[in-house]
Amino acid sequence: MSTTPPNIDPRAAALFQTDGRLRRRRIVNRLMEALGTIASLAAVAVLVIVVASVVKNGWGAFSVEFFTTSPSLSGFGTAEGGILSSIVGSILLVVIATIFALPIGVLVAIFVSEVAPRKVADVIRLALDVINGLPTIVTGIFIFSVLVLAQGQSAIAGGLALAIIGLPLIARSAQEVLRLVPTSYREAGLALGAPRWRTILGVILPTSLGGILTGTTLAIARVAGETAPLLFTTSLAVTTSVTWDPTQPVQSMPLTMNPITRFSTRNAATTLTSYRSFRPITRAAPTRPNTAPDAPSDGWLGWLNAYETAEPARPDSRYRVR
Amino acid sequence: MTAVPTEFPAGRRFGDRIGDNALYAITAAAGAGVVVLIGAVAWKVFDGSSLAFSDFGLGFLVHSVWDPVHNEFGALSFIYGTAVTSFIALLLAAPIAIGIALYLTELAPRAIRETVGALVEMLAAIPSVILGLWGILVLGPFMLNHLEPWLQSFLGWIPLFSGDPSQKGILSASIVLTIMAVPIIASVARELFVRVPAELKDGARALGATRWEVVRGVVLQYTRAGLGAAVILGLGRALGEAIAVTQVIGGTVNIPSSLFESGDTLASRIAAQYQGSASNLQTSSLFYLAAILLVFSLIINLIAQLIVRRFEHTHIGAS
Repeated sequence: MSTTPPNIDPRAAALFQTDGRLRRRRIVNRLMEALGTIASLAAVAVLVIVVASVVKNGWGAFSVEFFTTSPSLSGFGTAEGGILSSIVGSILLVVIATIFALPIGVLVAIFVSEVAPRKVADVIRLALDVINGLPTIVTGIFIFSVLVLAQGQSAIAGGLALAIIGLPLIARSAQEVLRLVPTSYREAGLALGAPRWRTILGVILPTSLGGILTGTTLAIARVAGETAPLLFTTSLAVTTSVTWDPTQPVQSMPLTMNPITRFSTRNAATTLTSYRSFRPITRAAPTRPNTAPDAPSDGWLGWLNAYETAEPARPDSRYRVR
Repeated sequence: MTAVPTEFPAGRRFGDRIGDNALYAITAAAGAGVVVLIGAVAWKVFDGSSLAFSDFGLGFLVHSVWDPVHNEFGALSFIYGTAVTSFIALLLAAPIAIGIALYLTELAPRAIRETVGALVEMLAAIPSVILGLWGILVLGPFMLNHLEPWLQSFLGWIPLFSGDPSQKGILSASIVLTIMAVPIIASVARELFVRVPAELKDGARALGATRWEVVRGVVLQYTRAGLGAAVILGLGRALGEAIAVTQVIGGTVNIPSSLFESGDTLASRIAAQYQGSASNLQTSSLFYLAAILLVFSLIINLIAQLIVRRFEHTHIGAS
């Protein structure tokens, strides 16, 4: 492209002559190509750096006990114990989220791509995109005001918040998969005399099952790493033992690694003790520490005036890079 | 010859009708539920903020005090922090992401195209808490010891780059947000670029345009509106990010003039105070912050989606 081809008509060759303008254009072209390449390299480099630094810093803690024991309450701030309770909690949260999000997501996808009139389908697609764009912390606040203020924190509340985040992802991917089912399948089902619901349930859904499960897996992967929606819904797990009870708040991997919550869990433990001793008897100390005893005025939010006033979170000292 | 039945038995048709109606009703209910959910989120968030709203009114938006001791709350410094960090993040992310998308569609050899594309998408899959931790561990010290002193030595005369370099601050948060916004913008931009008709690009090439001229004259022109939407979608992500920002911004109530200083954003403030509420009013003020965030993100998302839809409509035709 840049050199003159040999054995060419001299008049044509003149066209390939590199005058100043053409050279400038080529330089600009090269420059822009280089910038695009550098941008891609930079993105890949950031990924590599993040992964490498996580591995490098995490390598030291890697052991069998790390996966098979729970953190010890007395050892907060030290490296005692493992993350078993967080793993179990995360699994529980993800299972709850999937139980809610998968069926509803698939139903919405069927409605949008098989049943609904076009205009209605457009509105619901837009609504799904809007939910997808909601800040996850707002989702957490929403579940907080709907469930947690009344019933206290629980794995169900956290799972529901995650379900709201996963719903548009599952619905979107299921839609894409349903659209890929050939029209001839639908026609064949209907031509056999099967009603639409049987065609959908018996032909279309089984055909797209694999794709739907792939989409669900991706949604689970995304949802399992979410932290913000859990802060308000299942962050105050004071016990560090393994629990499968969905009505209790559970520990979860994202919150366990979140430096702010690491500190406040310790604070939650200590504040809880002082709360129990200082509370007047008129309001019995709750058996479930996470349950809001009353209106939120001085409810469970009140005991834990921890992060801002009690102690500034200084996570850096513990996670020092070597 | 036996007669072919021209009608199904009445009972079966009746059952079919019930089944069809049931399917319609169930799926329609799920669809309606999605719309209702948005309404419920908005209603609950606004409802929760009513106490703070009746106390502070719209003045909440222009006051920069956040004083739980005296029960004085205002959102200005968080709105400022959100705006500045998102703006810087987009300023950095948009050209990088568009460069990546161009590289992947126009330049990259076929063999590595998919791999690099997948790696860039994986950047979006890093949980924000891990990115936040990385921000503390790696990015913070790097900012303190290298990037910020370097910026200062060149641009220190600009107030934006004055003051002492620090581990946590507006600039660190902006860079973390950049990392989060890049893959989103890049993947939307890539889809747009792939859809540019080959005839248009061939036409430009036939006129002797260089690759960059094809991109500038055809690809970017053709996808202009869609790119706008892609950037707005990235903005939506940057606005709403809480956890990673909480780790790297410093969390102070502050309207800094220097990018090295610490501040706070709406989402990050809510996340940091999730259990620090001392009073009803403070909890309600957190809801107020969430309401502001919600309004911003609803507007931004609707604009972006409408642009994307119009782009698809005019350029791709009804699919």
